[in-house]
Amino acid sequence: MNEIINVESFSENVVKLVVKAPRIARSRKPGHFIILRIDEKGERIPLTIAAADEKAGTITLVAQKVGVTSKRLCEMKPGDSILDLVGPLGKATHIEKVGTVLACGGGVGVAPLLPIVEGFKKAGNRVVTILAARSKDLIILEDEIRKWSDEVIVMTDDGSHGRKGLVTAGAEEVIKREKVDECVAIGPAVMMKFTSLLTQKYNIPTQASLNAIMVDGTGMCGACRVSVGGQTKFTCVDGPEFDAEKIDFDELILRLGGYKAEEKEAFERFMQTVTI
Amino acid sequence: MQENLKEEREQAWRVELRGKIKNKDRGLIERVKMPEMNAMKRVCYQDREVNLGLDVQSAVREAQRCMDCVNPTCMEGCPVSINIPKFIKNIERGEFLEAAKTLKETSALPAVCGRVCPQEKQCEANCFYTLKLKKTPVAIGYLERFAADYERESGQASIPETAPKNGIKVAAIGSGPASLAFAGDMIKLGYDVTVFEALHEIGGVLKYGIPEFRLPNKIVDVELDNLEKMGVRFERNFIVGRTASFDDLKAEGYQAFFVASGAGLPRFMNIPGENYNGILSSNEYLTRVNLMNAADDSFDTPVLKGKNVAVVGGGNTAMDSVRTAKRLGADRAMIIYRRSREEMPARVEEIHHAEEEGIEFINLTNPIEYFSDENGRVKSMKVQRMELAEADASGRRRPVVIEGSEYEIPVDVVVVAIGVSPNPLVPSELPQLKVSRWGTIDVDSETMQSSMPELFAGGDIVRGGATVILAMGDGRRAAAGMHQYLSEQNAALANAGQANTSQAKN
Repeated sequence: MNEIINVESFSENVVKLVVKAPRIARSRKPGHFIILRIDEKGERIPLTIAAADEKAGTITLVAQKVGVTSKRLCEMKPGDSILDLVGPLGKATHIEKVGTVLACGGGVGVAPLLPIVEGFKKAGNRVVTILAARSKDLIILEDEIRKWSDEVIVMTDDGSHGRKGLVTAGAEEVIKREKVDECVAIGPAVMMKFTSLLTQKYNIPTQASLNAIMVDGTGMCGACRVSVGGQTKFTCVDGPEFDAEKIDFDELILRLGGYKAEEKEAFERFMQTVTI
Repeated sequence: MQENLKEEREQAWRVELRGKIKNKDRGLIERVKMPEMNAMKRVCYQDREVNLGLDVQSAVREAQRCMDCVNPTCMEGCPVSINIPKFIKNIERGEFLEAAKTLKETSALPAVCGRVCPQEKQCEANCFYTLKLKKTPVAIGYLERFAADYERESGQASIPETAPKNGIKVAAIGSGPASLAFAGDMIKLGYDVTVFEALHEIGGVLKYGIPEFRLPNKIVDVELDNLEKMGVRFERNFIVGRTASFDDLKAEGYQAFFVASGAGLPRFMNIPGENYNGILSSNEYLTRVNLMNAADDSFDTPVLKGKNVAVVGGGNTAMDSVRTAKRLGADRAMIIYRRSREEMPARVEEIHHAEEEGIEFINLTNPIEYFSDENGRVKSMKVQRMELAEADASGRRRPVVIEGSEYEIPVDVVVVAIGVSPNPLVPSELPQLKVSRWGTIDVDSETMQSSMPELFAGGDIVRGGATVILAMGDGRRAAAGMHQYLSEQNAALANAGQANTSQAKN
């Protein structure tokens, strides 16, 4: 079950995995995610579906080394299997023809952005995509994104690829230059927060896809709760995408750190077991 | 049914057994006490059972108390209609495996029910001793557990008989008690049954919700194995409506569905600061510990271990959470509940066990706000005191606020256990399905059939939050309802088929 067919390293810390999951490959839509558990002792973590090949019965996942599970995931080889994989979860992205769509992706957020960009393009929109990361080797899926975008602007913090600067600089340039009808932002919470502040200034409806902590992913545990428009919502069943203007990003950022101490401890324990 | 009961009661061995001890003497026997692990010792272990079970001698003695009534009122209190006198009399005569077999005639999960059913409100509340003699009832729950445990430990578990396969595929969605009871009955009737589960483990709330110290997972596993041996198939990591649609499954040959997807969304109080770190639902807390083994360092899932843990709520789930907190090392593990002790919905036994373990009960008190430290982690809760007014719609006295009674309690973990709402996944995939405004699926209460004829439902997705045994009762009724529906459907099809063939012949 859930055999890994192909592994490709984007950088030292970011890996693309192609996994056999025929049913999910058939039923997933842009915006959907999965939850996996590597083995008996592993935790359940959510990952977005970057792409799927219905014929081959595979889905593509992108993982970044953060904690124990993502580190172990990044070290998996073709032929290895993931014990549990369930999905597709979450609400699919609402895609229709709106005119011009500005898609902003930061770091590994470009993985979930890819099917959304593809969807908007296929729905007949003009799509301008901003890819942003700290440096050149952290820009992922650039070719795939180019395939479905009318224009791609690459921004890096250090200027090692594309232009030097933050995602918001690239986005603002586009907004000033042409009429943008809708914006989608996916990336680190802080990146989505500032993108949202920018688009609000120009009254552009913006969706952000949130990467909350989850356990079951089916609405049961409530770990992924987020305040949207003053109401508590569950990212896994009400999201993962919400109207960015209404999201309490500061609370989200705090909640993402909710298990930091416990995770650090688990990571140190894990590193000890590997080195021994 | 009644006839059958009478017939069984008149069997020679039952008559003989009744003659052995006079009813007057039976009535003089003291009710057995359940041996328990010492409270100070048991709080050191997350995974050791509190109740230790009866030994053979005390089980037989307790069984002797049962009068084998002509009209066994106890059975009326059992949502799955276990033949209670028959199983108890089998214990009295030492035929423990027969007793277990009797339980399995109607219950797919006897070892589970013997541990978690609220017997004091069901069978035992309707026992002759309770109703007529005003004495403590026969310990039906303890005896049920005894028979099931005896059978398991004997290694001679019986597999209930199943009818010849009829080749009709049916699906159960969710793998909690409602589905398991449904699957048990349908497989006995000869159906081809598949149970679909979204999580990686079968058992639903029995696995993720109820802690090991009340219901060990290995006990649940034995009952699941039993179902598997009878031919029930289990598909894990599968969300019906998502991984595959209902239409996909119909195309794969499934003729009817039983939806028992349970209670999903945890409820929160919507008070300021409730989304601070350290404040979590009982579902999250218990799932991390019970399903993901977060208390064990060799597993990767983390859990928050607090020194001052407050659990908000007064039900069994609240008791499970607060006792888990104690076992994870809390110095102060508190129940905060807005009504009085008498009105707590938790089982009396669980409240008693919690008290023995040093749980602090802060009753007639309600949280109104949370405060955090500079990292967004909860550090205290503001509560207010309540007093009781006249009874409300629930029949319980309504708590009202005592103005100016607010004070703060320091806390570093808060578990909110005030109930759950039905899981929205299945209704969201079936827009034509009739649901109530609370999100529960509307069904016929006799057949459990929904507004979609091929779809039946039961358990928390219908009730919005109930007990294991009520869910099992729903599963049994749904099985009977679906069996009738499918029999009629397939008979109609067969008739139509015959008509076609005879026409073709002409």
